[in-house]
Amino acid sequence: MPVDPDSTPVGLGVEVTAPASIADVEMVQRVRTPIRIEYTYTPGRALSAYLRGMAEKRIVAERCPRTGQVFVPPRGVSPMAGIPTVGPVELPDVGYVESFNITRVPIATRPDLEPPYCSAWIVLDGASVGFMGLVINCEPESVRMGMRVKAVWKPDDELEKSATNILGWEPSGEPDVEISDIETIGRPGDLQ
Amino acid sequence: MTVAGKERTAVIGVGQTKYASTRGDVSMAGLLREAAYRALEMAGKTWDDIDAVVMGKAPDFFEGVMMPELYLAEALGCVGKPIMRVHTAGSVGGSTACVAASMVQGRVHETVLTIAWEKQSESNAMWALSLPMPFTTSVNAGAGGYFSPIMRRYMAMSDAPELIGCMVAFKDRQHALKNPYAHLHQPDLTFDQVVESPMLWDPIRYSETCPSSDGACAMVMTNEVGGDAHDGPVAWIKGTAMRSESNSYGGRNMVSPAASEQCADDVFAQAGIHDRRREIDVVEMYVPFSWYEPMWLESLGFAEKGKGWRMVEDGSTNHVGGDLPVNCSGGVLSSNAIGASGMIRFAEAALQVMGEAGEHQVDGARIAFGHAYGGGAQYFAMWVVASEK
Repeated sequence: MPVDPDSTPVGLGVEVTAPASIADVEMVQRVRTPIRIEYTYTPGRALSAYLRGMAEKRIVAERCPRTGQVFVPPRGVSPMAGIPTVGPVELPDVGYVESFNITRVPIATRPDLEPPYCSAWIVLDGASVGFMGLVINCEPESVRMGMRVKAVWKPDDELEKSATNILGWEPSGEPDVEISDIETIGRPGDLQ
Repeated sequence: MTVAGKERTAVIGVGQTKYASTRGDVSMAGLLREAAYRALEMAGKTWDDIDAVVMGKAPDFFEGVMMPELYLAEALGCVGKPIMRVHTAGSVGGSTACVAASMVQGRVHETVLTIAWEKQSESNAMWALSLPMPFTTSVNAGAGGYFSPIMRRYMAMSDAPELIGCMVAFKDRQHALKNPYAHLHQPDLTFDQVVESPMLWDPIRYSETCPSSDGACAMVMTNEVGGDAHDGPVAWIKGTAMRSESNSYGGRNMVSPAASEQCADDVFAQAGIHDRRREIDVVEMYVPFSWYEPMWLESLGFAEKGKGWRMVEDGSTNHVGGDLPVNCSGGVLSSNAIGASGMIRFAEAALQVMGEAGEHQVDGARIAFGHAYGGGAQYFAMWVVASEK
């Protein structure tokens, strides 16, 4: 039979007594400390081009020379082929919702975001992979798999070298995309 | 059948802590000592018998303690012994057990202790999983934000009845009542309450997600001579496998990742299992969100594609009356000390074939399967254990 979870394991039953000098001090079990992380991010070749493009409201992707897959945001490598990707491949700021949720919990790092909101896998026209973004300017309940969307950009005078320039994705009004292979996300490309 | 050349390896001790949202009575070191000493006690060993320690936990920035294995070495009483740290995100507990087994299988050590843990009360996993990067926007509220769109796709693909997820959650919480170590003990919970629970990440309800737990799990493993000589229950390791894949490539199957299917094929081949559903007596798999039970049943080859939910609906995965009981311990849905969760699956599989699972024992269990996954469903670790060598 399993050991009683409330028992003291053999070898651990040693009584610990505080020295007399601190015997009357209140025992502290835990302290709460604020946590933060600051870092300098070095984006590398592919992501540098992507981030510079972002500042000009352009979406700059890269292509795998072997599989033909187009990656956005580009991380500079083709995971299937294991070789560097090449760019630039400019993509339009339109695509479709591959799948989504309606989230009713806040995100610690996004105090600006008021639940409920819709997080979705967005696949841009011409891209092989999806990425997550917000679907905005519509009721979350009206979002569908296959729904066509277009980017909503920040005002021009607020643009930075950041993916956050795209505030979210709104319905474009075009007819829904039919999703044929529902298990997979993105497009397989022409893997040789 | 053991793969030629490998040392046959046995689990002779399992130790767990009581899982709880806050184990305020112990430090991180104290938590580990509790699990480690229980494993040693069951194995009838002391630290003097242990040649090396293999540790695993989820990312260090969860608790904000970097490389905790260094300071924990002393707390665990293993100063001067080789220590190895394993890290594969949420699957780490399973991977750590595989690595520890490989130390014995490869005859590097005779007897090892392996341990995995998380102290979620001293961390903020939701924060750690939502760190902003300049090339992405932060839109995921933790792991549920990432996995819920994938579950939505499974639901659409399989055309499964809407309440299958609730059935999994209710079953696992019922199972947890038979496991004194489980975090969630909800004896008065009704199925209707599970269904009426608010949607957190629609289509996933609060009741269909795992809790946030403190806890540790440890095992003692030894070689064939040690296993044969052991005066007590033994679980023989029949196969171990690990696989990883990128979480972003075109056409990736996110419902049943290629790495999951290949890992399962490998581990069942090692164990000589041909008919997985018939030959495996009990399954402990990593189900942090309810719908992952039918999804993994299919991906692991226990059910046809698109049909796994039927095993939930007809009760096949129940502890009582099921032909393939899944997560008799209550699973991750009832206790989630992230880094430990994978090892708990492996350890619970071992306890079943040892006949030591107490009230949640499956009668006559001879062959059991333990499973863990992590990251964006991209890291996998699995093992098969048996009562017979």
